[in-house]
Amino acid sequence: MIEYLPILFFLGVALGVSVVMLVLPHIMNPVRKGGQKLSPYECGFEEFDTARRKFDVRFYLVAILFVIFDLEVAFLFPWALAFETIGWFGFFSMMVFLTVLTVGFIYEWKQGALEWE
Amino acid sequence: MLADLLFLLFSSVLLIAALGVITAKNPMHCVLFMILSFFNAAGLFILLGAEFLGLLLVMVYVGAIAVMFLFIVMTIDIDFAVLKGKNTNIVPMGILVSAVLLLELIAGAWGGMFHTPQQQTKPVMQEENAQILGEVLFTDYVVPFQGAAIILLIAMVGAIVLTHRRRSGVKRQDITKQIQRKKSDCMIVTEPPAKSGVAAAYFVGKGVEK
Repeated sequence: MIEYLPILFFLGVALGVSVVMLVLPHIMNPVRKGGQKLSPYECGFEEFDTARRKFDVRFYLVAILFVIFDLEVAFLFPWALAFETIGWFGFFSMMVFLTVLTVGFIYEWKQGALEWE
Repeated sequence: MLADLLFLLFSSVLLIAALGVITAKNPMHCVLFMILSFFNAAGLFILLGAEFLGLLLVMVYVGAIAVMFLFIVMTIDIDFAVLKGKNTNIVPMGILVSAVLLLELIAGAWGGMFHTPQQQTKPVMQEENAQILGEVLFTDYVVPFQGAAIILLIAMVGAIVLTHRRRSGVKRQDITKQIQRKKSDCMIVTEPPAKSGVAAAYFVGKGVEK
């Protein structure tokens, strides 16, 4: 576990740098608040609308399909590492798993869920 | 010593972040607190020696699920200022659900502490615990593993059935149709008489798309 120590140092340095970057301007710079300064900036003109509006559900579909294939990859990691010891049974167990997910993938493709139109 | 300090750090930040998830007023802050608690849980996993689970937590939960949560909270059409005032009617339901969860936790802890002390699996504090996981997951636990495949398939099909709509009036590329198009379908050679040109009526009935 000692090999994770550099990552811990990295986390500490990242935390320190980000805290310094947030705190230093407050100390160095006078803060003069104003209505225009605190309002949302949208390329120079007045903002059209609030950001709270209905978005297309297709964005959500892309996100959830990504999560599913991400999980599939997560199962592939231990399989690849234990490949030599689990034998043919383990091999075909993963093949069945991949086949089931490929059925879903073909369904997704044929339904046109991957196309944006 | 360092491990003890790190455990205290991770677990206390985890608890504070989990508290933040349920108390923060702004849903964006809730999701960010949730990401913080995922990171701290990953740190706890790595402290326990389950480095694969820890990194998987970062990859799957922070990398995919929390991003999806952020995405949905950002794009959802709810005025949160209006929502703040009227969440008192869900309190009994909340108490019921948390009581059930608490009972489950207590039952799990009692069962784990007093009934199966000998059946502890071999310590995960070993090299290559992803490999150890793989050795049992695909052989001894093959049925739950295939169950996971079915669950993922259902999630995939369900998401498509619930959200996917074919839109009409959208120009799409149909490759089969493109390939099957023949020269005779789209081109005609005529010899129009001089000074009269090709009559527009000539195209009608030929099925020629302009």
